[in-house]
Amino acid sequence: MTTNTAIEITGLTKSFGDNAVLKGVDLRVREGTIHALLGSNGAGKTTLVRILSTLLLADGGEARVCGRDVSTEPARVRESISLTGQFAAVDEVLTGRENLVLVAQLRHVADPGGIAEDLLARFDLTEAGARRVATYSGGMRRRLDIAMSLVGNPRVLFLDEPTTGLDPQSRLEVWRTVRELARQGTTLLLTTQHLDEAEELADAIAILHEGSIIVDGTLDELKALLPPAKVEYVQKQPTLEDIFLTLVGHTSPAGSDQ
Amino acid sequence: MTTPATSTTRAPFLVDTAVLTTRSLRHVVRSPDTIITTAITPVAMLLLFVYVFGGAIDTGGDQDEKYVNYLLPGILLITVASGVAYTSYRLFLDLQGGIFDRFHSMPITRSATLWAHVLTSLVANLVSLLLVVLVALLMGFRSGAGPLAWLAVLGILVLFTLALTWLAVIAGLTAKSPDGAGGFAYPLLFLPFLSSAFVPTESMPGPVRWFAEHQPVTSIVDTLRRLFAQQPLGNDAWTALAWCLGLLGLAYALAMRSYKRRMSPC
Repeated sequence: MTTNTAIEITGLTKSFGDNAVLKGVDLRVREGTIHALLGSNGAGKTTLVRILSTLLLADGGEARVCGRDVSTEPARVRESISLTGQFAAVDEVLTGRENLVLVAQLRHVADPGGIAEDLLARFDLTEAGARRVATYSGGMRRRLDIAMSLVGNPRVLFLDEPTTGLDPQSRLEVWRTVRELARQGTTLLLTTQHLDEAEELADAIAILHEGSIIVDGTLDELKALLPPAKVEYVQKQPTLEDIFLTLVGHTSPAGSDQ
Repeated sequence: MTTPATSTTRAPFLVDTAVLTTRSLRHVVRSPDTIITTAITPVAMLLLFVYVFGGAIDTGGDQDEKYVNYLLPGILLITVASGVAYTSYRLFLDLQGGIFDRFHSMPITRSATLWAHVLTSLVANLVSLLLVVLVALLMGFRSGAGPLAWLAVLGILVLFTLALTWLAVIAGLTAKSPDGAGGFAYPLLFLPFLSSAFVPTESMPGPVRWFAEHQPVTSIVDTLRRLFAQQPLGNDAWTALAWCLGLLGLAYALAMRSYKRRMSPC
């Protein structure tokens, strides 16, 4: 591999009618890192992810994923990416296993059944595998969603608000999965509105605001943008999350059952 | 870990279509009510027209000819018209729910997503048609048609189903709500009433009769009726075939256009 840039975006623009959503986005995501894309509602995060995953054409600029141009070689881009989260769905009528087999068959991988079993086990869904997804909890559904995205081992994974609407435990499970994937070399572009999520997971953080990236760097680099920290003594109170997790038992099923 | 798949499949379009059709057929099998509801309206009409209105309708043929024999061809077309509504509904839900986004961000032949719905519609409608024919047989429908004539009936119904299904695809792609997706079929359900499906067109007043005699349902119904009654087909068969193929071609082209527009709004 000659390059270690997984995603390269230069001057990307996109408007819907008179509404300019992206006004020249520049971003570079290194291979094997977790890059968080922060932004408020309507900042254009989802539009950017849709362009990168070949679901939407940009008006101008260039975007390359694994060296392939998303507008001129979309088929090649699709071979190396996977999409999960907010707007990528699971099939509720099918069982968890059938969902995984479906994706495996569409990706033309050998032994779809075996891959489905592996992923069900890996995401602690083996028992639920024979049940229809309509009966799944939000956390199980998101786990299945991510599992489906991993079929065929894509090099780049787009996670669009992967923890939106999840309870704290499921959120921690998703975080653990994300870290594990990055450790194995997958590049992850993670959009989120939760600043703590970016802080917790990301190697680099980009902030998309009013159609362009206004800052991009590591958490330390971002912190350096503000005046140096003053030392203040503050009584440490447990957060509500600490209390909740202590009371309900910190470990989630994915951790304890194995 | 598995190695990333290098596609060695010879005919990816066929494989993708088969995989997605299997998925879509599972949806039908797991909600068998959709097939039953599709068959209920036409069956109710059969009962209503044969046992309530039928006695008072003069079809102009010889008096021994049973009204159910006259009625069935039109009822078959109504079956298809009510069945395709589910196709636009399912397509709409796929688009709305985001599963199409997942499929379209994967290295598949994209149009397979549409073809899967079309083939599913064909299978589901043929099952509903079979149910309606069985009910008609119980009600005394009889035909001396040979295997070739039955094949011709099947062929026309398949073409008609495909034509209406592609229309349903347009509705599913452009609808803004689930009701809108299914609602397009209502006008289609009324066309048979303005045709020779229930009564001979000769009894209708001028403009209505003109419309009835020049709209597709009449020629298709007449052709099916002649095939069942083993009568010579005449020119109506060609008109019926032309309507089916013409509608099919037009609907397919328009559906593909709205599909492309929908998939890359730019």
